[in-house]
Amino acid sequence: MRQNFGVGRPGALRWSLPDVLLSIEMNTKPALYFKKTIEFREVSYGINDIRKRLIVSGISLEIPKGETLVLLGRSGSGKTTLLKLINGMLLPTAGEVLVGERATSAWDLTRLRRGIGYVIQDAGLFPHFTVAENVALVPILERWEAARTAARVQEMLQLVGLDPKEFAHRYPRELSGGQRQRVGVARALAADPPILLMDEPFGALDPVTRAELQREFGALARRLGKTIVFVTHDLREALLLASRIVLLEAGRIVASAPPQEFLRLDHSEVRAFTSSLNITPGVSA
Amino acid sequence: MSPQTTWSFFAEHRDEIFGATLDHLALVVIAMIIAILIGVPLGMVIVQRPALRAIALGIASVFQTIPSLALFGFLIPIPFIGGIGKRTAIVALVLYALLPILRNTYVGLTGIDPAVLEAAEAMGMTRAQILFRVRFPLALAVILAGIRTATIITIGVATIAAAIGAGGLGTFIFRGVALVSDALILAGAIPAALLALLADFLLGLLERRLKVS
Repeated sequence: MRQNFGVGRPGALRWSLPDVLLSIEMNTKPALYFKKTIEFREVSYGINDIRKRLIVSGISLEIPKGETLVLLGRSGSGKTTLLKLINGMLLPTAGEVLVGERATSAWDLTRLRRGIGYVIQDAGLFPHFTVAENVALVPILERWEAARTAARVQEMLQLVGLDPKEFAHRYPRELSGGQRQRVGVARALAADPPILLMDEPFGALDPVTRAELQREFGALARRLGKTIVFVTHDLREALLLASRIVLLEAGRIVASAPPQEFLRLDHSEVRAFTSSLNITPGVSA
Repeated sequence: MSPQTTWSFFAEHRDEIFGATLDHLALVVIAMIIAILIGVPLGMVIVQRPALRAIALGIASVFQTIPSLALFGFLIPIPFIGGIGKRTAIVALVLYALLPILRNTYVGLTGIDPAVLEAAEAMGMTRAQILFRVRFPLALAVILAGIRTATIITIGVATIAAAIGAGGLGTFIFRGVALVSDALILAGAIPAALLALLADFLLGLLERRLKVS
């Protein structure tokens, strides 16, 4: 049974509920392919505490199909909040976020999220699943046939540069940081979602591994043609991967431009970021 | 009292001691099964319901503070669950075993890497799927540690159950105290200690097997 990566068998995800119970909440409809993928309409999001602080406000943004949009900003500028508004992990307190021309508040969130890949900084791999089981998760939740799931796992691992023979049966703790992130990307892409959300996926890696993954991912993104929203605080990474960079400052969009034009924009926060690129060895500014 | 007389007492009464050990084990096993069937599901529920959490953990803690002999005594006059005998003893043992199981279930289910839970939610797992496929398997080693603690406590406390006529190894101990006979006391205490060590060892093995780093 090991040959099929242990993913197709009933009960391959250990401690799963009996099939009868699971089938109640399963839905075999394929993930939706969205035309006009993502749109923010006058969106604000705030925490409902005494101070009623808004984390993001007045966000209007359209993300066409196939774009790699990089949300750039300092820590606390609201990048991750915007990302979580797309897959309904957060719902706007004002305005609406449309995914596939339907507001996230009107979506069945389970269905919405199965059509959106999600990669986070610490990968968030399931420590009790093998690499293959991690990658197979959404296909299994979506009730794919065993053979199709197994083939897909192979394909995804090859896509992210991991030899299935060597890695499929390992557990996340047996991988390096870079390898874990590769599995994270493979897992996010497994059910072929039209949208991919990435929250500083390479942020915790050493600089050499990071550069390697950035290069490979850039090539992969161009090839896949998915709509990608990528959060980072690293201007270099933004310039390398983006088809458009949106700069956030204190919860508002302050600039939006393709990478070539971005560096020429006349805005204090843009200059703050560009100056972070200039280094003279041995001299601190 | 020399070791020889103790040893010859053991040899002469080995059938009785063996029978009492089995009785003791039965009390512990039944009480543990009931405590697990209550404690683990209840632990799952209080993860989702903060209001219930304080109440459930509070009540379970209170039972832990009542001296065991007193708890057995309190239960005797209560209709249906009370009276003299095994049934009352099992109720008391369940109440003692509940806290470590409940607390460890709760701690295990909540002490999971937030990144893992975030990923699970973002991938479109339902709450039930996250509970049964992610939280529960990852918490299993911690839950088992609670069951292990509870089992050892129960083996000890069950010796006192003899005071209300529940039988088991406590019978020898109480008789030994009354007759000032070390041999009788040891005939109850040594098998109980061995049971506790054995349970600790076996459950420890299982726990290590289930641990996910």
